[in-house]
Amino acid sequence: MRLLSSIFLAAAVLLGGLVSPDARANEFITVASTTSTQNSGLFGYILPKFTAKTGIDVHVIAVGTGQAIRQAEHGDADVLFVHHRKSEDKFVSDGWGVKRYDVMMNDFVLVGPVTDPAHVKSANTAEEVMTAIAKTEAPFVSRGDDSGTHKREKGLWAAAGIDPKASSGKWYSEAGAGMGATLNIAQGMGGYAITDRGTWIAFKNKDGLEIVHQGSPNLANPYGVILVSAERHPHVKTEAGQKFIDWLISPEGQSEIAAFKLNGEQLFFPTAK
Amino acid sequence: MSEITTAFGTAISLIFSINSELAQIVGLSLYVSICAVLIATILGVPLGASVALLRFPGRGPVQVILNALMGLPPVVVGLIVYLILSRSGPLGVFGLLYTPTAMIIAQVILVTPIIAALSRQVIEDLWAEYAEQLTSLGASPLRAMPTLIMDGRFRLFTAVLAGFGRATAEVGAVMMVGGNIDHVTRVMTTTIALEVSKGDLALALALGIVLLSISITIGALAQLIKDRRQMKGRA
Repeated sequence: MRLLSSIFLAAAVLLGGLVSPDARANEFITVASTTSTQNSGLFGYILPKFTAKTGIDVHVIAVGTGQAIRQAEHGDADVLFVHHRKSEDKFVSDGWGVKRYDVMMNDFVLVGPVTDPAHVKSANTAEEVMTAIAKTEAPFVSRGDDSGTHKREKGLWAAAGIDPKASSGKWYSEAGAGMGATLNIAQGMGGYAITDRGTWIAFKNKDGLEIVHQGSPNLANPYGVILVSAERHPHVKTEAGQKFIDWLISPEGQSEIAAFKLNGEQLFFPTAK
Repeated sequence: MSEITTAFGTAISLIFSINSELAQIVGLSLYVSICAVLIATILGVPLGASVALLRFPGRGPVQVILNALMGLPPVVVGLIVYLILSRSGPLGVFGLLYTPTAMIIAQVILVTPIIAALSRQVIEDLWAEYAEQLTSLGASPLRAMPTLIMDGRFRLFTAVLAGFGRATAEVGAVMMVGGNIDHVTRVMTTTIALEVSKGDLALALALGIVLLSISITIGALAQLIKDRRQMKGRA
């Protein structure tokens, strides 16, 4: 046992030496954000540029908007970067955040089977799409995870006057998962789903799915960034966090966001004033 | 099904091309799991041996609890450790959430019951075998403990390997307390989960094959060391 322990210990120390210095070299901030910004590759593109300029590393925790907000309220993040305007405003007015800044926007799209069993491709508005899906009881896969996308989807059902919860487990499936995992399920069962355009373009398992509706005004998807209030959580890295926000909304940060392209398509459109 | 064939190709090229990003992820996986198993061994073996040898009130329930804890769901452990290490939690001041240390803590909680419960069985069997001999030499169960641990070290090693397997395979706990931060807390299993969520099933499966290869290599190495030592012991 002693020999084995010492082998383990030596290996641990060795590996620790390899892993830790790199991880602890820089000052860092923690950003609670959404899967859409991470999975699309936006952060992978813009964050190294911010780090090169300021020397500040950005640790991104990519979860749904609802969970991101709760993490920020717990004080487990310095900056919140999400996409659900109502929740963001509430976060600030409840005193958890300092101020909300517009950063960028993209839009939601409705995706579904190429065969379009609910005949939604001819619909003119998102409400018409939702109504058609409910009427034909075509499979619909919801995030079901209190994320920004899920909140938006619930808003669309409400606008169409439909309560999909009543059909939960029948044609309406609540995945309780991230955007990509939800799209995997929709792909597998040949169902409809709502997704942000960024995740959709980056998503690789599209076989048999395509965009069935886009461009309605109520599918706009604005992102906001908020510094967590040091009054609530004194350990928040206010200075570094504000630097990150200032950079995002600066002409430089904004043009980097606009320059991020995937498969030749621009995914996010700068909105900072 | 083309994903499966693509995955094998990708896995092979991942293993043989020296990919620094992958090396970092593998390195962190091993670092976290080895540290966790080491700590869990230091805690679990004496704990298991004590339950096997000592007679104390509540020994029965402790055994039942140890056995039950072997099946702790990682995501529950992750949640508990998250709530404790969160800035709003009792140990929040240390700022340990989303660090490799937090991941080690979670894995220690997962692995210790496995090592303890399996060690208890090993030591109990040995005690049944040698109790007469050891007591005739005047050794109390407490005094006999180091001897029995030493004697059962090869069998105990299997318990440690079982714990190591659990640690490297779980994703729920490290995802929750590590946050899957690129270059900081991203390990093999959370990378696989991330690639699945991006819909890149071939890459995810390829990473799974890499993980499996590493497990097999470590298992083989451990077996080799064990066999060598065992042979030496007999000679």
